[in-house]
Amino acid sequence: MRRPSIALAAIAVTATLGLTACAGGGASDTAAGPGTAAADGAATSTINLYAYAVPKVGFDVVIPAFQKTKAGQGVQFQQSYGASGDQSRKVAAGAEADFVNFSVEPDITRLVDAGLVDPNWNANEHKGIPFGSVVTIVVRKGNPKGIKDWDDLLKPGLEVVTPNPFSSGSAKWNLLAPYAAKSNGGVDKAAGLAYVSALVKDHVKVQPKSGREATETFLQGSGDVLLSYENEALFIEKNGDPVEHVTPPTTFKIENPAAVLKGSKNLATATAFNDYLYTPEAQKLLAEAGFRPVDASVAQEYASKFPAPTKLWTIADLGGWKTVDSTLFKKDVGDIAKIYDQATQ
Amino acid sequence: MTSDTDQQRRGPHPETDAAPLPPRPGATAPDGIRPRGDDAPHGAGSGGAARRTRHGKGLRGLRRPLGIGIVTLWLSVIVLLPLAALTVAAFDEGLAGFWEAVTAPAALASLWVTVLVSAVVALINAVLGTLVAWVLVRDEFRGKRFVNAVIDLPFALPTIVASIVLLSLYGPNSPIGVELNATRWGLVVALLFVTLPFVIRSVQPVLIEADREVEEAAASLGATTWTTFRRIVLPTLAPAILSGTGLAFARAIGEYGSVVLIGGNIPRETQVASQYIQQQIEIDRPLNAAAVSVALLAIAFVTLLLLRVVSSRSQRREERDA
Amino acid sequence: MRVSRGTRLSLRVVALGYLFVLLAVPIGVILWRTFEPGLSEFIASISTPAAKSALNLSLLIVAITVPVNVVFGVATALTLVRGRFRGRGLLQAVVDLPFAVSPIVVGVSLIMLWGAGGWFGALDRAGFQVIFGIPGMVLATIFVTLPFVVREVEPVLHEIGQEQEQAASTLGANGWQTFWRITLPAIRWGLTYGVVLTVARALGEFGAVIMVSSGFPGVSQTLTLLVHSRYIDDHNTYGAYAAATLLMGIALVVLLLMTLLDRKRSDR
Repeated sequence: MRRPSIALAAIAVTATLGLTACAGGGASDTAAGPGTAAADGAATSTINLYAYAVPKVGFDVVIPAFQKTKAGQGVQFQQSYGASGDQSRKVAAGAEADFVNFSVEPDITRLVDAGLVDPNWNANEHKGIPFGSVVTIVVRKGNPKGIKDWDDLLKPGLEVVTPNPFSSGSAKWNLLAPYAAKSNGGVDKAAGLAYVSALVKDHVKVQPKSGREATETFLQGSGDVLLSYENEALFIEKNGDPVEHVTPPTTFKIENPAAVLKGSKNLATATAFNDYLYTPEAQKLLAEAGFRPVDASVAQEYASKFPAPTKLWTIADLGGWKTVDSTLFKKDVGDIAKIYDQATQ
Repeated sequence: MTSDTDQQRRGPHPETDAAPLPPRPGATAPDGIRPRGDDAPHGAGSGGAARRTRHGKGLRGLRRPLGIGIVTLWLSVIVLLPLAALTVAAFDEGLAGFWEAVTAPAALASLWVTVLVSAVVALINAVLGTLVAWVLVRDEFRGKRFVNAVIDLPFALPTIVASIVLLSLYGPNSPIGVELNATRWGLVVALLFVTLPFVIRSVQPVLIEADREVEEAAASLGATTWTTFRRIVLPTLAPAILSGTGLAFARAIGEYGSVVLIGGNIPRETQVASQYIQQQIEIDRPLNAAAVSVALLAIAFVTLLLLRVVSSRSQRREERDA
Repeated sequence: MRVSRGTRLSLRVVALGYLFVLLAVPIGVILWRTFEPGLSEFIASISTPAAKSALNLSLLIVAITVPVNVVFGVATALTLVRGRFRGRGLLQAVVDLPFAVSPIVVGVSLIMLWGAGGWFGALDRAGFQVIFGIPGMVLATIFVTLPFVVREVEPVLHEIGQEQEQAASTLGANGWQTFWRITLPAIRWGLTYGVVLTVARALGEFGAVIMVSSGFPGVSQTLTLLVHSRYIDDHNTYGAYAAATLLMGIALVVLLLMTLLDRKRSDR
């Protein structure tokens, strides 16, 4: 009879699927590399890494290099990437993490306040920041709208893609850059806020939740320009997408902090990994991946890859993250938060 | 009776991704939110005699209250408690807080986009779904059985797969140059995909059972095809069409997976309520998320309630006219 | 109703054309994009460690959801059909509720109940992770698949009535024997159909699990989450197509089973 054999065949297919699935499994999503198999097989400990949306391209090279070192032998990594604010909230709410790398410092401060990260996390010479970037403007190939500087973004009808600052760290950097430029480092607050207000009200239509999602949205055709990290711009250009980036002469220094969770089950390994990020070897790999290194000699070596803007504002110029976050970004209270709410609510 | 007309007779298959299930012919649907539009006679294999269901004794002795208790506990923990927690959270700041959250411009915009797009989808389904059902029942062509089986594909397909499938055709890398991503029409196409089976499966059984003698009588009395359709066939089908349309609408308003990639999530343009709710959770505003969730649930319930009222009224009219 | 040949043909063309454009063309495009680089590429893409973990997790969730739903679903169906008690209508409505709830709303309500700040938040603080853990994903899947077994078994129970069961008990069979030997065989096709629907829905659930999952590749990503993550997070379009095709294949197997079982039910 035909019917039972078809049914039997269907069940057999499903069973085979199930059986093949039970073998293997792991975190890596790259197709069949010999390195990955070894890492999965000989695991002695696992590091749960929670990071913001875009540094995967950096960790993809740094982690295997770390696994070759003595401290990293047999260490497996579970990596989670997402909007910086979201990730930080997840860890604060109890997601098990060993090592975190967020886009902005307040997302680490949240964990310090929750008692999950040691208050001395940024006591080292680089203040807990293993790499960084600058805010850049990504445009379509050929720069059809002729974007050169922040004022060009206010051209009528121009649509800017930048993520939602309530969930994304990238968004905060993106808004701080023109704010600092227009307010001359926070001196003329009104001018800075006026610019941000005009930008958000008239030129920001979509609200992707993270830097990576903003990239995706832009690549799918929404918007005329994308505000993002330089390392993200380099990543998508390397991928062959039809874009180019323009760094305005006055922009902002992005510093992405990293820390270890003090309750980690693999504290020693996590700390070793954290320390490894500052070694020249790791810094070189990060520079190759598009991140601006913090090690002075490596930075010099890669100076041509990372052109220095005319004026680079830093978070310290604006008074540090604590001040900036509470005056500009705090929900319902901060100036930029209010602008954003008004424009989007 | 070929087996595929049996399948058609059976009515809509319960779909596999969120939305109410219409009753199947032959089943006395107990009270509930289920709409009763689909009231084809019990031709499907049960016959008159088998309807003598006697529920006299029920479960015995102590077992009955224990059974009821366990089932109630089960349903509570799985379904009721989470929804209760949601409702309480929505009114965390009282009625005023709830109202404010729901009437925030972006929230209202997302609800409006949702309802508008879903209504369009429901209407398109009503027309084209009936047409497809007609062709599947009254027409004969090679491969009809295959086509009939394929109708259920959107039921079995994960919504995210539907999203990516449609995106590959209508997205930025479209091979036919049609770019619908981040537009409302993109939403419409995605929702048409997932709601395809509802009206079709709702109308098919009724169409099969429809009494063709009346149609033929009308024709012999000189009525044109269109008049016959308008005055005889359509009224018979109307409850089923309405039921299927209502289900399609209820499904569309809650849809997430199939619109998440192709919609573009542009607030006030293509952001649907489910995306707005997700966004509110992500930016740490649980009250807004809960409030709009409750509003969305309310819309779904009202829809299903209306369906039930209309279908019971039409049932009563049928009984009156009989 | 006599329809002219011309009308009949044009109706057929419109209907088939609509179905073709809506269903066949998009699926065709994806299949083309997936298999055009070659079958080996496809196999490689769906056998990465992350993909295997995703498949394992999806199957694990199904392996928990199905037995739970069978046991409680049959119990619920029996209670609702055989019992006569106040509140029966209410329970019936509760069974139908999951159909009316958007998957995102399911996720939100589970967070409100089991999340760190929720009613059962104490569990989370005690270290037992529901949200951002496997239990949360299982709960979400059980929520959305709850009605299937109940709704497929109920009408069958209605139809078969209680005569046989009552006869068995007068002949001395106890409750369990009656259930096992009389009731269960009678409902087996309806039950199987309900199980098939449950499996399909459980494998395809997306909106609810994305809200409650921590999204770790290799640990807490189901196949559906993998498709989404590959497309959005990894910018790996081909990988997303491949995983989607895998899920589509499974969906087709389910569709086949549904069609076959449907005939079995009607042949009874």
